[in-house]
Amino acid sequence: MKEELFVSGRNIPNIDPYLNIWHWQIPLYLFLGGLAAGILFFAGYFVVRGKEKEMQTTVKWAPILAPIALILGLFALFLDLKHKLYFWQLYTTIRLESPMGWGAWTLMIITPLSFVWVASYMKELVPGWHWKFDFLEKFEAWVIKNRVGLAWIMMIYAIILGVYTGILLSAFNARPLWNTSILGPLFLVSGFSTGLATIIWMSKDANERKVLSRIDLVFIFIELFLIIHLFMGFLAGSQTAIEAANLFLGGEFTVSFWVFVVLIGLILPAVFETIEIWGIHVPKWLPPAMILFGGFMFRFIMVEAGQITRYLY
Amino acid sequence: MRYAMAIDTKKCVGCGDCVVACQTENNVPHGYCRDWIVESVDGTYPSLSLEFRSERCNHCDNSPCVRCCPTGASHIEEGGIVTVTHHKCIGCGACIQSCPYDARYSHPEGYVDKCTFCLHRVQKGQSPACVDVCPTRCLHFGDLDDPNSDVSLAIKDRKWKTLAPEAGTDPQLYFLT
Ligand code: SF4
Ligand code: SF4
Repeated sequence: MKEELFVSGRNIPNIDPYLNIWHWQIPLYLFLGGLAAGILFFAGYFVVRGKEKEMQTTVKWAPILAPIALILGLFALFLDLKHKLYFWQLYTTIRLESPMGWGAWTLMIITPLSFVWVASYMKELVPGWHWKFDFLEKFEAWVIKNRVGLAWIMMIYAIILGVYTGILLSAFNARPLWNTSILGPLFLVSGFSTGLATIIWMSKDANERKVLSRIDLVFIFIELFLIIHLFMGFLAGSQTAIEAANLFLGGEFTVSFWVFVVLIGLILPAVFETIEIWGIHVPKWLPPAMILFGGFMFRFIMVEAGQITRYLY
Repeated sequence: MRYAMAIDTKKCVGCGDCVVACQTENNVPHGYCRDWIVESVDGTYPSLSLEFRSERCNHCDNSPCVRCCPTGASHIEEGGIVTVTHHKCIGCGACIQSCPYDARYSHPEGYVDKCTFCLHRVQKGQSPACVDVCPTRCLHFGDLDDPNSDVSLAIKDRKWKTLAPEAGTDPQLYFLT
Protein backbone atom coordinates (compact mmCIF):
# COMPACT_ATOMS: atom_id res chain seq x y z
CA MET A 1 0.00 0.00 0.00
CA LYS A 2 1.23 3.45 -0.80
CA GLU A 3 0.11 6.61 0.91
CA GLU A 4 1.14 10.08 -0.17
CA LEU A 5 0.59 13.18 1.91
CA PHE A 6 1.44 16.83 1.46
CA VAL A 7 3.20 17.39 4.76
CA SER A 8 3.98 21.02 4.02
CA GLY A 9 0.25 21.62 3.61
CA ARG A 10 -0.87 22.42 0.09
CA ASN A 11 -4.30 23.66 -0.66
CA ILE A 12 -3.97 25.96 -3.67
CA PRO A 13 -7.31 27.24 -5.00
CA ASN A 14 -8.45 25.31 -8.11
CA ILE A 15 -5.40 23.03 -8.00
CA ASP A 16 -5.85 20.99 -4.82
CA PRO A 17 -7.16 18.47 -3.90
CA TYR A 18 -7.65 17.96 -7.60
CA LEU A 19 -7.34 20.24 -10.58
CA ASN A 20 -10.40 22.32 -11.44
CA ILE A 21 -9.06 25.34 -13.28
CA TRP A 22 -11.54 25.12 -16.17
CA HIS A 23 -15.19 25.41 -15.23
CA TRP A 24 -18.20 25.82 -17.55
CA GLN A 25 -16.60 28.38 -19.87
CA ILE A 26 -14.32 26.05 -21.81
CA PRO A 27 -17.00 23.36 -22.32
CA LEU A 28 -19.37 26.07 -23.55
CA TYR A 29 -16.67 27.39 -25.89
CA LEU A 30 -16.14 23.88 -27.27
CA PHE A 31 -19.88 23.27 -27.56
CA LEU A 32 -20.59 26.50 -29.46
CA GLY A 33 -17.56 25.94 -31.68
CA GLY A 34 -18.76 22.45 -32.60
CA LEU A 35 -22.30 23.68 -33.17
CA ALA A 36 -21.18 26.47 -35.50
CA ALA A 37 -18.87 24.06 -37.32
CA GLY A 38 -21.80 21.71 -37.92
CA ILE A 39 -24.10 24.44 -39.22
CA LEU A 40 -21.47 25.92 -41.55
CA PHE A 41 -20.34 22.54 -42.83
CA PHE A 42 -23.81 21.51 -43.94
CA ALA A 43 -24.62 24.93 -45.37
CA GLY A 44 -21.52 24.60 -47.53
CA TYR A 45 -22.16 20.95 -48.29
CA PHE A 46 -25.63 21.46 -49.74
CA VAL A 47 -24.48 24.39 -51.84
CA VAL A 48 -21.66 22.31 -53.27
CA ARG A 49 -24.18 19.56 -53.97
CA GLY A 50 -26.43 22.10 -55.72
CA LYS A 51 -29.32 21.54 -53.29
CA GLU A 52 -29.83 25.18 -52.34
CA LYS A 53 -33.53 25.12 -53.33
CA GLU A 54 -34.44 21.98 -51.38
CA MET A 55 -32.44 22.87 -48.28
CA GLN A 56 -33.44 26.48 -47.65
CA THR A 57 -33.10 26.42 -43.85
CA THR A 58 -29.75 24.66 -43.92
CA VAL A 59 -28.22 26.97 -46.49
CA LYS A 60 -29.81 30.32 -45.68
CA TRP A 61 -31.46 30.53 -42.29
CA ALA A 62 -29.46 28.34 -39.94
CA PRO A 63 -26.10 29.97 -40.80
CA ILE A 64 -27.37 33.16 -39.14
CA LEU A 65 -26.78 31.33 -35.86
CA ALA A 66 -23.18 30.44 -36.71
CA PRO A 67 -21.55 33.87 -36.25
CA ILE A 68 -23.62 34.39 -33.11
CA ALA A 69 -22.47 31.05 -31.69
CA LEU A 70 -18.86 31.78 -32.64
CA ILE A 71 -18.86 35.18 -30.99
CA LEU A 72 -20.55 33.83 -27.87
CA GLY A 73 -17.96 31.06 -27.88
CA LEU A 74 -15.09 33.52 -28.04
CA PHE A 75 -16.74 35.45 -25.25
CA ALA A 76 -16.91 32.28 -23.15
CA LEU A 77 -13.19 31.78 -23.81
CA PHE A 78 -12.61 35.35 -22.75
CA LEU A 79 -14.50 34.70 -19.52
CA ASP A 80 -12.22 31.76 -18.83
CA LEU A 81 -9.09 33.90 -19.02
CA LYS A 82 -7.79 34.95 -15.64
CA HIS A 83 -5.61 37.78 -16.93
CA LYS A 84 -8.31 39.31 -19.10
CA LEU A 85 -6.73 42.68 -19.88
CA TYR A 86 -3.97 40.87 -21.73
CA PHE A 87 -6.41 39.01 -23.98
CA TRP A 88 -5.15 40.71 -27.14
CA GLN A 89 -1.82 38.90 -26.83
CA LEU A 90 -3.58 35.83 -28.16
CA TYR A 91 -3.61 37.63 -31.49
CA THR A 92 -0.13 39.09 -31.52
CA THR A 93 1.54 35.70 -31.54
CA ILE A 94 1.28 32.71 -33.81
CA ARG A 95 2.33 29.54 -32.08
CA LEU A 96 1.41 26.50 -34.09
CA GLU A 97 2.45 24.15 -31.30
CA SER A 98 -0.25 25.55 -29.04
CA PRO A 99 -3.78 24.25 -29.75
CA MET A 100 -5.19 27.15 -27.72
CA GLY A 101 -3.32 29.46 -30.09
CA TRP A 102 -4.23 28.01 -33.46
CA GLY A 103 -7.80 27.43 -32.30
CA ALA A 104 -8.15 31.11 -31.54
CA TRP A 105 -6.79 31.88 -34.99
CA THR A 106 -9.14 29.39 -36.66
CA LEU A 107 -12.04 31.20 -35.02
CA MET A 108 -10.63 34.48 -36.25
CA ILE A 109 -10.86 33.17 -39.80
CA ILE A 110 -14.13 31.25 -39.74
CA THR A 111 -16.11 33.96 -37.94
CA PRO A 112 -15.73 36.54 -40.73
CA LEU A 113 -16.35 33.79 -43.29
CA SER A 114 -19.65 32.99 -41.62
CA PHE A 115 -20.56 36.70 -41.64
CA VAL A 116 -19.84 36.90 -45.36
CA TRP A 117 -21.95 33.81 -45.95
CA VAL A 118 -24.95 35.21 -44.10
CA ALA A 119 -24.55 38.63 -45.72
CA SER A 120 -24.56 37.10 -49.19
CA TYR A 121 -28.07 35.79 -48.51
CA MET A 122 -29.37 38.99 -46.95
CA LYS A 123 -31.39 39.95 -50.01
CA GLU A 124 -33.17 36.61 -50.00
CA LEU A 125 -33.71 36.60 -46.25
CA VAL A 126 -34.94 40.18 -46.00
CA PRO A 127 -36.92 41.23 -49.08
CA GLY A 128 -36.06 44.75 -50.14
CA TRP A 129 -32.68 44.72 -48.41
CA HIS A 130 -29.93 46.72 -50.03
CA TRP A 131 -26.43 47.62 -48.95
CA LYS A 132 -25.67 51.24 -48.13
CA PHE A 133 -22.37 51.36 -49.91
CA ASP A 134 -21.64 50.58 -53.49
CA PHE A 135 -18.53 48.57 -52.75
CA LEU A 136 -20.60 46.24 -50.53
CA GLU A 137 -22.95 45.62 -53.44
CA LYS A 138 -19.97 44.79 -55.64
CA PHE A 139 -18.49 42.55 -52.97
CA GLU A 140 -21.81 40.75 -52.56
CA ALA A 141 -22.06 40.15 -56.29
CA TRP A 142 -18.54 38.75 -56.24
CA VAL A 143 -19.33 36.45 -53.33
CA ILE A 144 -22.50 35.18 -54.94
CA LYS A 145 -20.60 34.44 -58.11
CA ASN A 146 -17.96 32.50 -56.16
CA ARG A 147 -20.29 30.92 -53.66
CA VAL A 148 -19.25 27.33 -54.38
CA GLY A 149 -15.64 28.22 -53.74
CA LEU A 150 -16.60 29.90 -50.49
CA ALA A 151 -18.63 26.80 -49.58
CA TRP A 152 -15.54 24.62 -50.00
CA ILE A 153 -13.38 26.86 -47.86
CA MET A 154 -16.06 26.98 -45.22
CA MET A 155 -16.40 23.20 -45.17
CA ILE A 156 -12.67 22.78 -44.71
CA TYR A 157 -12.54 25.34 -41.92
CA ALA A 158 -15.61 23.79 -40.29
CA ILE A 159 -13.79 20.46 -40.14
CA ILE A 160 -10.68 22.10 -38.71
CA LEU A 161 -12.80 23.87 -36.11
CA GLY A 162 -14.70 20.71 -35.22
CA VAL A 163 -11.54 18.66 -34.82
CA TYR A 164 -9.89 21.48 -32.91
CA THR A 165 -12.55 21.35 -30.20
CA GLY A 166 -11.31 17.83 -29.46
CA ILE A 167 -7.62 18.47 -29.98
CA LEU A 168 -7.66 21.32 -27.48
CA LEU A 169 -8.16 18.59 -24.88
CA SER A 170 -6.37 15.65 -26.46
CA ALA A 171 -3.11 17.57 -26.75
CA PHE A 172 -2.70 17.46 -22.97
CA ASN A 173 -0.54 14.47 -22.24
CA ALA A 174 -0.82 15.17 -18.51
CA ARG A 175 -4.55 14.35 -18.43
CA PRO A 176 -4.97 10.69 -19.40
CA LEU A 177 -8.71 10.98 -20.07
CA TRP A 178 -8.07 13.58 -22.77
CA ASN A 179 -4.85 12.27 -24.16
CA THR A 180 -6.32 10.06 -26.86
CA SER A 181 -6.34 10.87 -30.56
CA ILE A 182 -9.95 9.65 -30.84
CA LEU A 183 -11.11 12.83 -29.13
CA GLY A 184 -10.59 14.90 -32.29
CA PRO A 185 -12.93 12.83 -34.51
CA LEU A 186 -15.32 12.27 -31.61
CA PHE A 187 -15.76 15.98 -30.93
CA LEU A 188 -16.02 16.64 -34.67
CA VAL A 189 -18.83 14.14 -35.12
CA SER A 190 -20.58 15.27 -31.96
CA GLY A 191 -20.29 18.92 -32.99
CA PHE A 192 -21.71 18.19 -36.46
CA SER A 193 -24.57 16.31 -34.82
CA THR A 194 -25.43 19.30 -32.62
CA GLY A 195 -25.28 21.52 -35.72
CA LEU A 196 -27.66 19.21 -37.57
CA ALA A 197 -29.98 19.13 -34.55
CA THR A 198 -30.16 22.91 -34.56
CA ILE A 199 -31.03 23.02 -38.26
CA ILE A 200 -33.67 20.28 -37.82
CA TRP A 201 -35.18 22.30 -34.99
CA MET A 202 -35.37 25.41 -37.19
CA SER A 203 -36.60 23.80 -40.39
CA LYS A 204 -40.28 23.95 -41.25
CA ASP A 205 -39.92 21.79 -44.34
CA ALA A 206 -40.73 18.13 -43.61
CA ASN A 207 -38.61 16.89 -46.51
CA GLU A 208 -35.57 18.86 -45.45
CA ARG A 209 -35.96 17.57 -41.92
CA LYS A 210 -36.12 14.02 -43.19
CA VAL A 211 -32.89 14.38 -45.16
CA LEU A 212 -31.13 15.93 -42.18
CA SER A 213 -32.48 13.36 -39.72
CA ARG A 214 -31.08 10.58 -41.87
CA ILE A 215 -27.62 12.18 -41.88
CA ASP A 216 -27.88 12.84 -38.17
CA LEU A 217 -28.64 9.17 -37.50
CA VAL A 218 -25.42 8.20 -39.23
CA PHE A 219 -23.50 10.72 -37.11
CA ILE A 220 -25.09 9.43 -33.91
CA PHE A 221 -24.05 5.88 -34.76
CA ILE A 222 -20.51 6.95 -35.55
CA GLU A 223 -20.43 8.79 -32.24
CA LEU A 224 -21.60 5.73 -30.29
CA PHE A 225 -19.03 3.64 -32.11
CA LEU A 226 -16.25 6.12 -31.25
CA ILE A 227 -17.33 6.21 -27.59
CA ILE A 228 -17.10 2.42 -27.38
CA HIS A 229 -13.71 2.65 -29.04
CA LEU A 230 -12.61 5.29 -26.56
CA PHE A 231 -13.33 3.03 -23.61
CA MET A 232 -11.83 -0.04 -25.27
CA GLY A 233 -8.66 1.96 -25.77
CA PHE A 234 -8.57 3.11 -22.16
CA LEU A 235 -9.19 -0.33 -20.71
CA ALA A 236 -6.39 -1.77 -22.81
CA GLY A 237 -4.10 1.07 -21.76
CA SER A 238 -1.85 1.93 -18.85
CA GLN A 239 -2.99 2.23 -15.24
CA THR A 240 -3.60 5.96 -15.67
CA ALA A 241 -5.90 5.28 -18.64
CA ILE A 242 -7.73 2.52 -16.78
CA GLU A 243 -8.34 4.87 -13.87
CA ALA A 244 -9.63 7.49 -16.29
CA ALA A 245 -12.11 4.97 -17.74
CA ASN A 246 -13.15 3.87 -14.27
CA LEU A 247 -14.50 7.35 -13.56
CA PHE A 248 -17.21 6.43 -16.08
CA LEU A 249 -17.47 2.73 -15.29
CA GLY A 250 -18.57 2.80 -11.68
CA GLY A 251 -16.87 6.05 -10.67
CA GLU A 252 -18.39 9.43 -9.98
CA PHE A 253 -19.28 10.29 -13.58
CA THR A 254 -20.99 6.98 -14.38
CA VAL A 255 -24.60 8.10 -14.06
CA SER A 256 -24.17 11.56 -15.54
CA PHE A 257 -22.27 10.24 -18.56
CA TRP A 258 -24.35 7.21 -19.45
CA VAL A 259 -27.71 8.81 -18.71
CA PHE A 260 -27.24 12.42 -19.88
CA VAL A 261 -24.78 11.91 -22.71
CA VAL A 262 -25.39 8.43 -24.06
CA LEU A 263 -29.06 7.75 -23.28
CA ILE A 264 -30.65 11.21 -23.49
CA GLY A 265 -28.13 12.71 -25.87
CA LEU A 266 -27.67 9.86 -28.35
CA ILE A 267 -29.81 6.73 -28.02
CA LEU A 268 -33.22 8.29 -27.37
CA PRO A 269 -32.94 10.96 -30.08
CA ALA A 270 -31.81 8.24 -32.49
CA VAL A 271 -34.90 6.20 -31.63
CA PHE A 272 -37.16 9.25 -32.00
CA GLU A 273 -35.61 10.27 -35.30
CA THR A 274 -36.05 6.73 -36.61
CA ILE A 275 -39.72 6.42 -35.70
CA GLU A 276 -40.29 9.91 -37.07
CA ILE A 277 -38.91 8.77 -40.42
CA TRP A 278 -41.39 5.88 -40.22
CA GLY A 279 -44.15 8.45 -39.91
CA ILE A 280 -44.97 8.27 -36.20
CA HIS A 281 -45.49 11.72 -34.71
CA VAL A 282 -42.81 12.96 -32.32
CA PRO A 283 -42.74 16.57 -31.04
CA LYS A 284 -40.46 18.32 -33.51
CA TRP A 285 -38.32 19.98 -30.85
CA LEU A 286 -37.70 16.87 -28.79
CA PRO A 287 -34.88 15.00 -30.57
CA PRO A 288 -32.88 18.18 -31.35
CA ALA A 289 -33.26 19.48 -27.80
CA MET A 290 -32.01 16.18 -26.45
CA ILE A 291 -29.02 16.14 -28.80
CA LEU A 292 -28.06 19.69 -27.87
CA PHE A 293 -28.38 18.93 -24.17
CA GLY A 294 -26.33 15.74 -24.58
CA GLY A 295 -23.71 17.58 -26.61
CA PHE A 296 -23.18 20.21 -23.96
CA MET A 297 -23.15 17.66 -21.14
CA PHE A 298 -20.61 15.58 -23.04
CA ARG A 299 -18.16 18.47 -23.17
CA PHE A 300 -18.87 19.55 -19.64
CA ILE A 301 -18.32 16.06 -18.23
CA MET A 302 -15.19 15.45 -20.31
CA VAL A 303 -13.63 18.71 -19.12
CA GLU A 304 -14.55 18.14 -15.47
CA ALA A 305 -13.52 14.49 -15.39
CA GLY A 306 -10.35 14.97 -17.42
CA GLN A 307 -8.95 17.41 -14.91
CA ILE A 308 -9.20 14.79 -12.18
CA THR A 309 -7.20 12.23 -14.14
CA ARG A 310 -3.44 12.42 -13.80
CA TYR A 311 -0.18 10.58 -13.76
CA LEU A 312 0.53 8.46 -10.73
CA TYR A 313 3.87 8.71 -9.06
CA MET B 1 24.36 24.68 -19.66
CA ARG B 2 21.60 22.69 -17.99
CA TYR B 3 20.43 23.68 -14.54
CA ALA B 4 19.02 20.87 -12.44
CA MET B 5 18.37 19.95 -8.84
CA ALA B 6 19.03 16.82 -6.86
CA ILE B 7 16.93 16.10 -3.79
CA ASP B 8 18.25 13.63 -1.25
CA THR B 9 15.14 11.81 -0.05
CA LYS B 10 17.25 9.93 2.51
CA LYS B 11 18.35 13.13 4.21
CA CYS B 12 15.18 15.20 3.96
CA VAL B 13 13.24 15.28 7.21
CA GLY B 14 10.22 17.12 5.84
CA CYS B 15 10.71 20.25 7.95
CA GLY B 16 9.30 22.52 5.26
CA ASP B 17 11.96 25.21 5.52
CA CYS B 18 12.36 25.21 1.74
CA VAL B 19 8.66 25.95 1.33
CA VAL B 20 8.77 28.92 3.70
CA ALA B 21 12.04 30.21 2.24
CA CYS B 22 10.49 30.20 -1.25
CA GLN B 23 7.33 31.94 -0.09
CA THR B 24 9.39 34.67 1.53
CA GLU B 25 11.95 35.05 -1.24
CA ASN B 26 9.40 35.16 -4.04
CA ASN B 27 6.50 36.92 -2.33
CA VAL B 28 4.23 33.95 -2.94
CA PRO B 29 0.68 34.98 -2.01
CA HIS B 30 -0.81 33.59 1.17
CA GLY B 31 -2.29 30.12 0.69
CA TYR B 32 -0.13 29.36 -2.35
CA CYS B 33 3.24 27.65 -2.74
CA ARG B 34 5.76 27.00 -5.48
CA ASP B 35 7.33 24.03 -3.71
CA TRP B 36 5.86 21.49 -1.34
CA ILE B 37 6.76 18.35 0.54
CA VAL B 38 5.32 14.93 -0.08
CA GLU B 39 5.58 12.22 2.52
CA SER B 40 5.27 8.88 0.81
CA VAL B 41 4.73 5.78 2.93
CA ASP B 42 5.00 2.44 1.19
CA GLY B 43 4.22 -1.07 2.44
CA THR B 44 2.29 -2.50 5.39
CA TYR B 45 3.20 -2.36 9.05
CA PRO B 46 5.76 -3.38 10.28
CA SER B 47 7.72 -3.30 7.04
CA LEU B 48 7.19 0.30 6.03
CA SER B 49 9.40 2.56 4.00
CA LEU B 50 9.23 6.31 4.22
CA GLU B 51 10.32 8.90 1.70
CA PHE B 52 10.26 12.69 1.90
CA ARG B 53 10.29 14.55 -1.36
CA SER B 54 10.67 18.29 -1.68
CA GLU B 55 8.88 18.86 -4.99
CA ARG B 56 8.58 21.80 -7.34
CA CYS B 57 8.51 22.47 -11.08
CA ASN B 58 10.79 19.94 -12.80
CA HIS B 59 12.03 22.47 -15.37
CA CYS B 60 11.40 19.76 -17.92
CA ASP B 61 13.63 19.48 -20.95
CA ASN B 62 10.62 18.62 -23.09
CA SER B 63 8.19 20.96 -21.42
CA PRO B 64 4.53 20.65 -22.48
CA CYS B 65 3.70 23.87 -20.62
CA VAL B 66 5.94 25.87 -22.94
CA ARG B 67 4.63 24.10 -26.02
CA CYS B 68 0.96 24.70 -25.30
CA CYS B 69 1.26 28.37 -24.33
CA PRO B 70 -0.55 30.44 -26.98
CA THR B 71 1.30 33.68 -26.28
CA GLY B 72 4.82 32.53 -25.54
CA ALA B 73 4.53 33.75 -21.94
CA SER B 74 5.78 30.36 -20.77
CA HIS B 75 9.28 30.09 -22.12
CA ILE B 76 12.70 28.62 -21.50
CA GLU B 77 15.45 30.78 -20.07
CA GLU B 78 19.16 30.21 -20.17
CA GLY B 79 20.12 26.86 -18.70
CA GLY B 80 16.71 25.32 -19.32
CA ILE B 81 14.87 27.21 -16.61
CA VAL B 82 11.16 27.37 -17.43
CA THR B 83 9.51 30.65 -16.47
CA VAL B 84 6.40 32.72 -17.15
CA THR B 85 6.51 36.34 -18.32
CA HIS B 86 3.65 37.76 -16.28
CA HIS B 87 2.67 40.57 -18.62
CA LYS B 88 2.43 38.19 -21.56
CA CYS B 89 0.28 35.60 -19.81
CA ILE B 90 -3.46 35.77 -20.53
CA GLY B 91 -4.34 33.23 -17.85
CA CYS B 92 -5.90 30.71 -20.20
CA GLY B 93 -4.86 27.84 -17.97
CA ALA B 94 -3.57 25.63 -20.77
CA CYS B 95 -0.15 25.25 -19.15
CA ILE B 96 -1.73 24.31 -15.84
CA GLN B 97 -3.60 21.51 -17.60
CA SER B 98 -0.47 20.40 -19.40
CA CYS B 99 1.77 19.92 -16.36
CA PRO B 100 1.79 16.33 -15.10
CA TYR B 101 3.13 17.51 -11.75
CA ASP B 102 0.58 20.23 -10.98
CA ALA B 103 3.52 22.57 -10.46
CA ARG B 104 1.70 25.69 -11.68
CA TYR B 105 -1.05 27.77 -10.17
CA SER B 106 -3.12 30.73 -11.12
CA HIS B 107 -1.85 33.74 -9.17
CA PRO B 108 -4.64 35.84 -7.58
CA GLU B 109 -3.57 38.66 -9.91
CA GLY B 110 -4.51 36.51 -12.91
CA TYR B 111 -1.27 35.31 -14.43
CA VAL B 112 0.20 31.88 -13.98
CA ASP B 113 3.05 31.45 -11.56
CA LYS B 114 5.46 28.71 -10.58
CA CYS B 115 8.97 27.90 -9.39
CA THR B 116 11.67 29.78 -11.29
CA PHE B 117 14.66 28.01 -9.73
CA CYS B 118 15.10 31.53 -8.27
CA LEU B 119 16.34 32.76 -11.64
CA HIS B 120 17.01 36.22 -10.16
CA ARG B 121 19.41 34.67 -7.65
CA VAL B 122 20.97 32.19 -10.06
CA GLN B 123 21.83 35.04 -12.43
CA LYS B 124 23.81 36.61 -9.60
CA GLY B 125 25.68 33.37 -9.00
CA GLN B 126 23.66 32.41 -5.93
CA SER B 127 21.70 29.24 -5.30
CA PRO B 128 17.89 29.09 -5.14
CA ALA B 129 16.51 30.15 -1.75
CA CYS B 130 15.28 26.66 -0.89
CA VAL B 131 18.72 25.17 -1.49
CA ASP B 132 20.44 27.78 0.67
CA VAL B 133 18.07 27.41 3.57
CA CYS B 134 17.85 23.61 3.82
CA PRO B 135 19.15 22.62 7.29
CA THR B 136 20.06 19.06 6.27
CA ARG B 137 21.72 20.17 3.02
CA CYS B 138 19.65 17.70 1.08
CA LEU B 139 19.04 19.98 -1.93
CA HIS B 140 21.76 20.28 -4.56
CA PHE B 141 21.59 22.76 -7.39
CA GLY B 142 23.84 23.48 -10.33
CA ASP B 143 24.80 22.90 -13.94
CA LEU B 144 24.59 19.29 -15.11
CA ASP B 145 27.04 20.02 -17.91
CA ASP B 146 29.70 20.88 -15.36
CA PRO B 147 30.97 17.60 -13.83
CA ASN B 148 32.13 19.42 -10.70
CA SER B 149 28.89 21.22 -9.94
CA ASP B 150 27.04 20.43 -6.76
CA VAL B 151 24.25 18.64 -8.61
CA SER B 152 26.56 16.57 -10.81
CA LEU B 153 28.52 15.40 -7.79
CA ALA B 154 25.33 14.60 -5.89
CA ILE B 155 23.95 12.25 -8.53
CA LYS B 156 27.29 10.75 -9.48
CA ASP B 157 27.48 7.84 -7.07
CA ARG B 158 23.89 7.60 -5.98
CA LYS B 159 20.78 5.88 -7.26
CA TRP B 160 18.18 8.37 -8.35
CA LYS B 161 14.76 8.56 -9.96
CA THR B 162 12.73 11.22 -11.68
CA LEU B 163 8.97 11.59 -11.27
CA ALA B 164 6.65 10.14 -13.90
CA PRO B 165 9.34 9.87 -16.59
CA GLU B 166 6.70 8.04 -18.65
CA ALA B 167 4.97 11.39 -19.11
CA GLY B 168 7.74 12.14 -21.58
CA THR B 169 8.59 15.54 -20.17
CA ASP B 170 12.21 14.73 -19.35
CA PRO B 171 12.06 16.21 -15.83
CA GLN B 172 15.19 17.74 -14.30
CA LEU B 173 14.63 17.10 -10.61
CA TYR B 174 16.67 14.10 -9.53
CA PHE B 175 15.45 12.35 -6.41
CA LEU B 176 18.27 10.46 -4.70
CA THR B 177 16.88 7.25 -3.25
S1 SF4 C 1 7.15 20.52 -14.12
FE1 SF4 C 1 5.30 21.24 -15.12
S2 SF4 C 1 5.51 23.47 -15.14
FE2 SF4 C 1 7.52 22.63 -14.74
S3 SF4 C 1 8.50 22.50 -16.78
FE3 SF4 C 1 7.58 20.49 -16.32
S4 SF4 C 1 5.56 20.61 -17.26
FE4 SF4 C 1 6.30 22.71 -17.10
S1 SF4 D 1 -1.97 30.59 -18.69
FE1 SF4 D 1 -0.42 32.07 -19.39
S2 SF4 D 1 1.53 30.98 -19.36
FE2 SF4 D 1 -0.12 29.46 -19.23
S3 SF4 D 1 -0.48 28.81 -21.35
FE3 SF4 D 1 -1.96 30.45 -20.92
S4 SF4 D 1 -0.90 32.32 -21.57
FE4 SF4 D 1 0.70 30.74 -21.41
